[in-house]
Amino acid sequence: MIRVVLPAHLRTLAHVDHEVVLEIVGVITVRAVLDALEARHPALRGTIRHHVTLERRPYLRFFACEEDLSQQSPDTPLPKAVATGAEPLVILGAIAGG
Amino acid sequence: MSGVRVLVGTRKGAFVLTADGMRRRWDVSGPLFAGWEVYHVKGSPADPSRLYASQTSAWFGQIIQRSDDGGGTWHQPGTPAGVPTTTPDGMPKGESNKFVYDTSSEAGKPLTTHQWYDGSQRPWEFKRVWHLEPSPIDPDTVYAGVEDAALFRSSNGGQTWHELAGLRGHGTGPRWQPGAGGMCLHTILLDPSDRARMYVAISAAGAFRSDDGGRAWKPINRGLRSQYIPEPTAEVGHCVHHIAMHRSRPDILFMQKHWDVMRSDDGGESWREVSGNLPSDFGFVIDVHAHEPETIYVVPIKSDSEHFPPDGRLRVYRSRSGGNEWEPLTEGLPQKDCYVNVLRDAMAVDSLDPCGVYFGTTGGQVYASANAGQSWAPVVRDLPAVLSVEVQTLR
Repeated sequence: MIRVVLPAHLRTLAHVDHEVVLEIVGVITVRAVLDALEARHPALRGTIRHHVTLERRPYLRFFACEEDLSQQSPDTPLPKAVATGAEPLVILGAIAGG
Repeated sequence: MSGVRVLVGTRKGAFVLTADGMRRRWDVSGPLFAGWEVYHVKGSPADPSRLYASQTSAWFGQIIQRSDDGGGTWHQPGTPAGVPTTTPDGMPKGESNKFVYDTSSEAGKPLTTHQWYDGSQRPWEFKRVWHLEPSPIDPDTVYAGVEDAALFRSSNGGQTWHELAGLRGHGTGPRWQPGAGGMCLHTILLDPSDRARMYVAISAAGAFRSDDGGRAWKPINRGLRSQYIPEPTAEVGHCVHHIAMHRSRPDILFMQKHWDVMRSDDGGESWREVSGNLPSDFGFVIDVHAHEPETIYVVPIKSDSEHFPPDGRLRVYRSRSGGNEWEPLTEGLPQKDCYVNVLRDAMAVDSLDPCGVYFGTTGGQVYASANAGQSWAPVVRDLPAVLSVEVQTLR
């Protein structure tokens, strides 16, 4: 079980109230989580990463276990605590005057 | 019974203002898409219940929203919440927000570059949809003008979008450059008498026309003069702010340019200045009376660095002679200490009689006139900054 915390605006778009819970088989990476998230909630396609290049949108960051994972390769395995569901992957919007 | 529905896009959501044909009492609903910039909301002339909205954010990108019930409920076209990611025939969902420039050889030329503020070349990069223009005859066909400047079309109600790449690929693209608001395609006019003819305008590139349904394009900027570009009468590079036409005379176009109010009587082949006695010929909006094709409206703004009305007085100017001779319309508008702007897509007219005129300000007011501009009253005073105003006349 993988837990994902979305920014408020994306929760509204995806029609979810709290965390999103995903079941993912295989190595748990940011790419695997986003693939599963977008498959469950296609309304989120393009909002977290570019439609075509799949690069992270510049004002969004990925955190887990109090670490900033934004600059890591999306294929880097996530911490074990995320893979086991003990900790969520947090997708966070930058504070940029909004 | 007749009525009007005013669709307002703002910096922090959309609002829908409704009234009966008297246009005295208004209901205000919203915000829709709260917290997001809504650049434009527009209804289909072929089906007034079909609305399209451009919801956008620097954080989360572009979202296209659609309503099939006049704004009561909204969804991303083809992507209701909680459904599988593909249709039974395998069509992927979540495509409605996907605007990808056409780089195929069939489109004429691959993705090239445009000019940046400093004169260097930059590749095209999609940022947002500025304007949505539904087809007058088919609710499922809609055009999108985007930043960086390009024209897209959807033929399936906004589920998927395809670039009409002949515009960007016709050869002048490397000389286009962003205006202060970005390099946006903000005006789309569909000729009601000739389905193959359409016009677009781009800041800062100029006006363009297609006579074959959007495949091939030509610049139509002869007569424009812009002192802020190296060659003032260049074929492209002009910062056109908005263009309007009257549906009964689609060859006559009215333009509010960065500076200068212009007019063309030949489908954009040539332009002449009709600024006349305006207190400033800088501005953003321009529109045409619904029943009088020679009656036009502008809101003069002091200058390109001072984006507020001259003398702190908010005045709509009306010409009943197609330009040159203008009269101020001030009744009901603030005539002192007013320093708001009226952005390019923030004026519209209804088709009731007398014609209703509407505009929104960066101060969050939406003003309405039910008598062709003679007097004005605010429908709302305290919305977020208004980006766009459109009107549907409901009968």
